[in-house]
Amino acid sequence: MSAFYGSSIRSSWWLWSRLSWFFLYSNMVTALRTQKEVPISYDFLHDTAGFNLGESAIAFTCTDPIHRAMLVGLLNTFKVSITGIALATLLGTFIGVMRLSTNFLVSKIAWAYINVFRNIPPLLLLIFWYRAVFLKLPRVQEAIVFFDPVFPIYIANRGLFFPWGTPTESWSTYRWILLAGFVLAVFVAYRLRQHGKRTGRMPLVSLWFAVILLVVTLLGYVILPDPLEITKPALKGFNIRGGATLSLEFWGLLFVLVIYAAAYIAEAVRAGILSVDRGQREAARALGFSSFNIMRLIILPQAIRVVVPPLISYAIGFTKNTSLGLAIGYTDFFAITGGLILNNTGRAVETLTIILLVYLTISLIASLILNMYNRRIMLSH
Amino acid sequence: MNRNSAPARTEDPIIICRDVQKWFGKYHALKGISMEVMPQEVIVIFGPSGSGKSTFIRTINRLEAHQSGQIIVDGIELTHDVRNIERVRMETGMVFQQFNLFPHLTVMQNITYAPMYNRKWHRSKAEKVAMELLERVGIPEQAEKYPAQLSGGQQQRVAIARALAMQPKMMLFDEPTSALDPEMIKEVLDVMIELAQSGMTMIVITHEMGFARAVADRLFFFDEGLVVESGTPDELFNFPKEERSKQFLAQILSH
Amino acid sequence: MRLLRPNLTLRRRMALPVAPVTDPQTNVLPPAREGNTALRWIKENLFSSLFDSVLTIISLLFLFFALRLALDWVFNLAQWDVITENINILMKGAYPSDQVWRIWLGLYLLGAIVGINLRAWNRELNRTTIAIAAIPLILALLPFASENARINLIIIQVTSAAAYLLTSILGDKRRRQLAAVMSILYIPVFILLLEGFTDEDGIMPLVKSDLWGGLLLSVLLATVGIIFSLPLGIVLALGRRSRQPAISALCITYIEVVRGVPLISILFMGNIMLQLFMPQSLPPIDRVVRVMMAITLFTAAYMAEIVRGGLQAIPKGQYDAAYALGFSGLKSMRVIILPQALRIVIPVIVSQFIGLLLDTTLVALVGLFDLLGIGQAILSNPNWLGRSQEVYVFIGLIYWILATSMAFASQRLEKNLGVGRNYDESQ
Repeated sequence: MSAFYGSSIRSSWWLWSRLSWFFLYSNMVTALRTQKEVPISYDFLHDTAGFNLGESAIAFTCTDPIHRAMLVGLLNTFKVSITGIALATLLGTFIGVMRLSTNFLVSKIAWAYINVFRNIPPLLLLIFWYRAVFLKLPRVQEAIVFFDPVFPIYIANRGLFFPWGTPTESWSTYRWILLAGFVLAVFVAYRLRQHGKRTGRMPLVSLWFAVILLVVTLLGYVILPDPLEITKPALKGFNIRGGATLSLEFWGLLFVLVIYAAAYIAEAVRAGILSVDRGQREAARALGFSSFNIMRLIILPQAIRVVVPPLISYAIGFTKNTSLGLAIGYTDFFAITGGLILNNTGRAVETLTIILLVYLTISLIASLILNMYNRRIMLSH
Repeated sequence: MNRNSAPARTEDPIIICRDVQKWFGKYHALKGISMEVMPQEVIVIFGPSGSGKSTFIRTINRLEAHQSGQIIVDGIELTHDVRNIERVRMETGMVFQQFNLFPHLTVMQNITYAPMYNRKWHRSKAEKVAMELLERVGIPEQAEKYPAQLSGGQQQRVAIARALAMQPKMMLFDEPTSALDPEMIKEVLDVMIELAQSGMTMIVITHEMGFARAVADRLFFFDEGLVVESGTPDELFNFPKEERSKQFLAQILSH
Repeated sequence: MRLLRPNLTLRRRMALPVAPVTDPQTNVLPPAREGNTALRWIKENLFSSLFDSVLTIISLLFLFFALRLALDWVFNLAQWDVITENINILMKGAYPSDQVWRIWLGLYLLGAIVGINLRAWNRELNRTTIAIAAIPLILALLPFASENARINLIIIQVTSAAAYLLTSILGDKRRRQLAAVMSILYIPVFILLLEGFTDEDGIMPLVKSDLWGGLLLSVLLATVGIIFSLPLGIVLALGRRSRQPAISALCITYIEVVRGVPLISILFMGNIMLQLFMPQSLPPIDRVVRVMMAITLFTAAYMAEIVRGGLQAIPKGQYDAAYALGFSGLKSMRVIILPQALRIVIPVIVSQFIGLLLDTTLVALVGLFDLLGIGQAILSNPNWLGRSQEVYVFIGLIYWILATSMAFASQRLEKNLGVGRNYDESQ
């Protein structure tokens, strides 16, 4: 490749790039000096925030320092992206499989879904969903209620309210039971794996794991006297009390980013399954494998290698897209740092640098995982 | 494995095909094929591309479903009953033109998965048999490699070993050497000749007429979905009756 | 060699009958299960098994209720006057009404350039090209188009057809040269038309870019972004492959940083920080230009990766052949390698353009009045309270139509022109 650059070109380019960087940098320094007379400094991070945040996973008041507000935002970003990536993967896989269905209607419905949500701006979808649908939900007093009185879920223009458990005295015992159940499930899964390796036939380890965990959880709950006290939301005056709440901003952002990402994931899943050569299925059939085992042992392991790399980059994209939360007032990392903090402190260079560094770190970590995955595939291929 | 010394178990045909027909949409691919194959017999099928020979061999283990006529393999008639079909497939090894090895599994796993999952063998037994087969096809040292690390000839020999690991009663070969470079064809043919001499029932689609002369009991010439002519290698090579067989043989033998 | 299999063959040769030989001419049967093909299609694709039938019924129910809901809303519930009253603002923003002829003039030119390009790159007219060429006419036939818009759209159509016919006079090579030159010149000319001159009383008084808006601004932002990011992307892609570690590190850092952060943060930076990088002596850049620069800088990183993909798809033999013919390094890149690489990536660039067009909605968050921003502005008017569903659905429809039709046209052109095909396939 190198030979493509004549040495004269190379050196002049080098010179030019240095000159232009110097030009830009000196401009910025002069501008900062003359216009604002505030040198770049990150001390403001320790100042008190002076604003409250409604949505927070950790305790936060307006007297907490600014860097803690940033952490709250980061946690909110992760809250949406981790739930969202999991849900989008499920939905996307489902739609990708629908797209491959031999049933004409099912396949076309999946096609329409993919086509529509890939060709509409996600921001528009978000604003539409939040402003034109969610905000038109009834007020708290007239909230829509589902599954009352067993498991009442209230939906109103202030959020989604649902039953939630608070620990009682027997909770500490229950915790031990859960731990024991988990240990048991891990142990059984380990033994099943060993057994599978010895005989050559791998049982459905994860299924057993889930079943054991579920059984122990339920048994413990039945045996102990109510380890969790379930409080149900109920209308009290102008408010709904009890249970837990998730804000409409959270739901709106989650919902829209999930349906948007699922359209892309569906295409990736479809491409992954189609990428497995027809001959693979035929050879497996010729050897007498059942269709379930063909899927589990032959098709999926090969399809996953094709699906995972784009999936990781969609996960990065999802995390970056949570910054759209700004448009509907979801306090994600970007909305807090680039919105609230930037406006309150006026420290443009510093806040934007922090934003760049944080997103860059997330992307780099994800790319690192991607590279590790690719290298592992290369080894076993 | 060594069935050469054992007496032939039965004189009943192991594969019976009667007037097998198959359409792809409007295209009439098989126009009524009849064939009976005895145990330990070696059949070679040849013919121009598009003559239906590949489709036919794939109906025998029902990779393609035939639409009329009758196919009975090892006493089981091929119908829509799924259980029978998987039993038939376990008794019928198949080797493909494009090898179709599983790229995500090692050579050893490629060979042992089917007997472990479908014959319910213990891993130690499956691996012992696999090692024997790898030695038989001449590549025991490649057991822990992945298919992509092997040459085409080695891959095809692994594919043969994989099919044999199920201890099938018969083997189907769908142009096993046509995707191979010339210098690799011989190593695969040697394995197949050895297999034929050991008494395996085989149906082989191939244009390797040296192989056919060496081990085939009967030859079938396919054209346009029909058996144009069949007979012993002597009969077909020396005294072909049909004009089309003459022309085709002249073409492939001139090389 | 036959001796190796003693008596097996001989025994069997006598025992077995030779398979019956049938004559193909006398034994051709009709295909099985002939009959009503439509019925057969329905059976095979909708009711092939019990499970399949259940799926079909669920899908039909879903479609029925979804369609009923949608049609009921479109025809009974929605009040579309908010769109018909504001269609001009949605299309062009606050651009002064008495200067709108400049936009139309720009569109006449665009029609002409589309005509020239269709003639230059296509051997003959086919369905796709006719469909593309007839877009103005189709728009003119839409029910809510105003009288004025209709006339102008028809003029665009006539200009386009005239340009197509006039180009036919030229030879093949001349046509392509003309098309390339006109296409490159178009964007600066169009922007000049919109912007006008500082002369207050002149025929084209200055229209500050703050007044540009609506669909006009959205499309302009995306187009400018793609066109200006292409050269920058090429430079970055070549720089990334450079042997000079400083240059390649610089390019890689730029590409990865920009691709690693959300567009909205780049827009914020462009809006706030771009000013800081400029010399104090220059007048402040206005907001639209700042956003255009931010979008260009953002897209350039993605473009660099697209170009790199194209360069990687060129087989090494092409480089060897170029050297063997005595091309210098830079010249072989410019004359042999890059043209091939760019040809391969045209479809990817089109999909990048579509993506960018959808992404330009983000400029509404930094205070520009693009299509979405204008929609928000209309909704903040108390007269149109509670019409958010209509406005957002209409905007979504415009984006959807633009995006799908471009994707479709790109697919068809890819097939017709053979662009975007890999080197090996086109051999």
